[in-house]
Amino acid sequence: MIPATFIQSNLQGLSFFGPELILTLAILILLVLGIVLPFWRYRLLYTLVGITALAASLLPLFWLHPPAAGLPYLSELFVWDWLTFFFRPFFVVAAAFTILLSQASLEIEKETYSECVLLVLAVTAGMMLLVAATDLLMIYLAFETMGILSYVLVGIRAKDSRSGEAALKYVLYGAFTSGTMLFGFSLVFGLVGSTSLAQISSHMAAAAQNSADHLLLVLVLLFFLAGLLFKTAAFPFHFWCPDVYEGAPTPITAFLSVGPKAAGFALFLRFFYPMFTSDQGHGLYKALAGLQWPAVLALISAITMTLGNLAALRQNNLKRLLAYSSIAHAGYLFMGIVCLTGQGLRSVVFYLVVYLFMNLGAFAVVTVVAGAGGSEEINSYRGLASKAPFTCVAMAIFLFSLVGLPPFAGFIGKVYLFAAVISEQIYWLAVVAAVNTVISLYYYLRIVKAMFLETSPGGIQISVPLSFRLLLASLLIPTLGLGLYWQPLATVIASMF
Amino acid sequence: MIPANLLTWIIFFPLLGACLIMAVPRRYPSLMKVIALAATIPPLFWAGYLYLQFDRWNSGFQYVEKLPWIKASNIFYYVGIDGISIPMVLLTALLCFLCVIASWNITEYLRGYFALFLLLDTSMMGVFCALDFFLFYVFWELMLLPMYFLIGVWGGPRKEYAAIKFFLFTLVGSVLMLIVMLVFYFGSVDPSTGLHTFDLTVLMNQSAHFSLLRNHTIRWLCYLALLLGFAIKIPVVPFHTWLPDAHVEAPTAISVILAGVLLKMGAYGILRISYPLLPEMAAAFAPYVACLGLVSIIYGALCAMAQNDLKKLIAYSSISHMGFVVLGMSVFTNTTAIYGAVLQMFNHGTVTAMLFLLVGVIYDRAHHRDIDRFGGLAKSMPIYAGYTGLAFFAALGLPGLSSFISEALVLIGSFQEYKMVTITATSGIILTAAYFLWTMQRVFLGPVQKRYISLPEISFREAFVLTPLALIVIVLGFYPMPILDLIGTTLQHTVAMVAP
Repeated sequence: MIPATFIQSNLQGLSFFGPELILTLAILILLVLGIVLPFWRYRLLYTLVGITALAASLLPLFWLHPPAAGLPYLSELFVWDWLTFFFRPFFVVAAAFTILLSQASLEIEKETYSECVLLVLAVTAGMMLLVAATDLLMIYLAFETMGILSYVLVGIRAKDSRSGEAALKYVLYGAFTSGTMLFGFSLVFGLVGSTSLAQISSHMAAAAQNSADHLLLVLVLLFFLAGLLFKTAAFPFHFWCPDVYEGAPTPITAFLSVGPKAAGFALFLRFFYPMFTSDQGHGLYKALAGLQWPAVLALISAITMTLGNLAALRQNNLKRLLAYSSIAHAGYLFMGIVCLTGQGLRSVVFYLVVYLFMNLGAFAVVTVVAGAGGSEEINSYRGLASKAPFTCVAMAIFLFSLVGLPPFAGFIGKVYLFAAVISEQIYWLAVVAAVNTVISLYYYLRIVKAMFLETSPGGIQISVPLSFRLLLASLLIPTLGLGLYWQPLATVIASMF
Repeated sequence: MIPANLLTWIIFFPLLGACLIMAVPRRYPSLMKVIALAATIPPLFWAGYLYLQFDRWNSGFQYVEKLPWIKASNIFYYVGIDGISIPMVLLTALLCFLCVIASWNITEYLRGYFALFLLLDTSMMGVFCALDFFLFYVFWELMLLPMYFLIGVWGGPRKEYAAIKFFLFTLVGSVLMLIVMLVFYFGSVDPSTGLHTFDLTVLMNQSAHFSLLRNHTIRWLCYLALLLGFAIKIPVVPFHTWLPDAHVEAPTAISVILAGVLLKMGAYGILRISYPLLPEMAAAFAPYVACLGLVSIIYGALCAMAQNDLKKLIAYSSISHMGFVVLGMSVFTNTTAIYGAVLQMFNHGTVTAMLFLLVGVIYDRAHHRDIDRFGGLAKSMPIYAGYTGLAFFAALGLPGLSSFISEALVLIGSFQEYKMVTITATSGIILTAAYFLWTMQRVFLGPVQKRYISLPEISFREAFVLTPLALIVIVLGFYPMPILDLIGTTLQHTVAMVAP
């Protein structure tokens, strides 16, 4: 006999589960539509369903504001707090742009378009679950929902061998790391006897005093780290990234570079959220004497950014170049996590928002150019500025923002990340990041140079449709706007975390 | 005619022009030129007004405007000028106006050219007026983008290489500055609000610094990083290698801006940021800085002597002349040298602008700049030869022309502090005289080369650009007080701060 209060509380919890339910409903509709309707005639319809579902999933956010302490729901498997609240629109924006890009892109065949939209929605639901989950089992389920469906998305171009190869690589790496992570989870369960994050973190403090459990704790953290580093494409689990990014259709690449990556960071924040919010916790990881937590993360951060940037220098394929650059950006983002301070947390969230717009923008341009008759090679960008001035100016702005130059949003994001490590007096990491900024300028400038400074003798004839220009403009506005006036975003983030 | 927020108007008026130019359809090229010109005239007029109204006995900041920008991080839109900034504002306003006219013969991608040029104008004015470290940094970096494109798109044959080299070198310096900026932000607290601050006037107050910034090693490293950033910009040997490349490839007007204004930003940064924020480090580093200045003077002059390309020659001579600025700034025992340094910043701006404009004139006609292929030009282009003679004599420091006074002040001042250095630096003047006179001889004297016998004389437009500069060079050569008046009080204050 299930107690009535249990049922009642779970029914109450369903209201916080609204976005996921709406997305699920849309997935079902799309499934049916895909079968019933002749698929080649209704591309726009699928897009409409997808975008409407995404927009509708945000509606509950207007009247449901989380309490400061967070509200557990569905038997405390999930929590309704600011982290959940903040990342939902974030994922929705990423998914919406992905769908719009896929609709305009030629890479995704008409036959598979409905599945593509459906899968993007499902990954989005997975990401939403992941940020809200506070239980190891739920975290794992959400992690896999997001993961397995993105493997399918990468391989959605069934006839393209590159796409298949990328998907296979992604699956193999993903399976390995999630297995490692699961092993870590089982160790935690053995140690603590619970899968709830809250209980685990309170046990950690006790376990840290006990030398016998100490080694185990360090192991757990390392195993857990493996999964997170994989999702965020950070050293030493970054090898999949360039191949997968290159093989996947460009809109999907754009999605992977901002969605699941941000989800990885969100999970990071979720796992350490209790530590961020209390000074006690802040000290806890520093007190884990066997594992110099800040030092390990600082090292990962420094290696990741340097490796990504150096490898990007030699790329001629733009998708590979942006893949390596996204590895480098994961390195920058880790700067904010190094010290587990509130300020660091806020800088990571801020940078993720900024990164969402500028990176989607860069990938959007790659989609445009490839779709309009060019290729993904840098060579096909030569002299493009005279043929498609708006697209090229937009690309230049996205790239300069990725470098971190004012007056673009990337600069402000970087300043916050630098500020996070400098306020904790880890100067060497700031200097490494500074050197990396200069390295990164070189390869981003190669693209700018090709577009504006070089001329190509024959050259492609390119015409960018108005819809694409509007899409680029909607990504440009936040990239520029947040660089000039970011007070509202900073205030929102500061008030939440 | 005189708006209330004068500095804001001076800074952003060119940007308005840039926006307007972007809206002009491609088929009206002359309209774009007219807009560009119209966007630079009011700032020049307002700068003239500032010159007349500036309170010469006040060492503090004038025409201050302070508006909250990002309250969460205590960042302000905070501008104002003192005796160090006002000559730079005057110089920028003047050179930008003249350079628009000098760019009249640009034919390719006019819209982009003038829009970027005006953006450059805004960022330079911003640097010279900003009193908030964050704002200063934003303007400082903003300048890189238009400069990259202006060199890279409208430049000479090796423009891509030159543009990227310029960008990378400058960025190295500025990211270091970013770190220092954040160290200062976290290392100090505004006593009146209890918050971290980017306000330079607060950061100057040493009692606002707390434990972190009291650490000697950190202060030492901060000073070094700032010095490196500014030295790249000046540029000081051995961080100068980007400069000849950038100058040679840049179009004429951009070379003028580069040498006339951008190089001054490095020296200005030292005076505005390094000295007031870390005065005791400034004193400790002074002998080394003086030596760097000396090396620049001699090395720049020797390199200039070896050049066959006129533009490269002037680029290296810029390095040499900026060496005097560096040498002058390193002396704190008296104010003479530092007066000389700031005066030299202004004078070098006008003289070198003339030189680059003159090279542009001859390049437009002969399509090369090789000294050994010219000869006897004084016969075919006598007026041009006259202007060039004036500019060359000004550059080599002939008494009665502006550079003489500033270089003399630097040497007189530094002699009391560094005897050997000064004596060696004087030989730089001799070298300068040697290579300018030798160049003059090879280009203008001797028999006329046949193919240059009918070279058209300098045009009215070109002469119109050169004449105001020539007048300034002559007037300041006899009577430097108009500038010395402006800078005196502020510099006394600066010197007193570093060496009480």
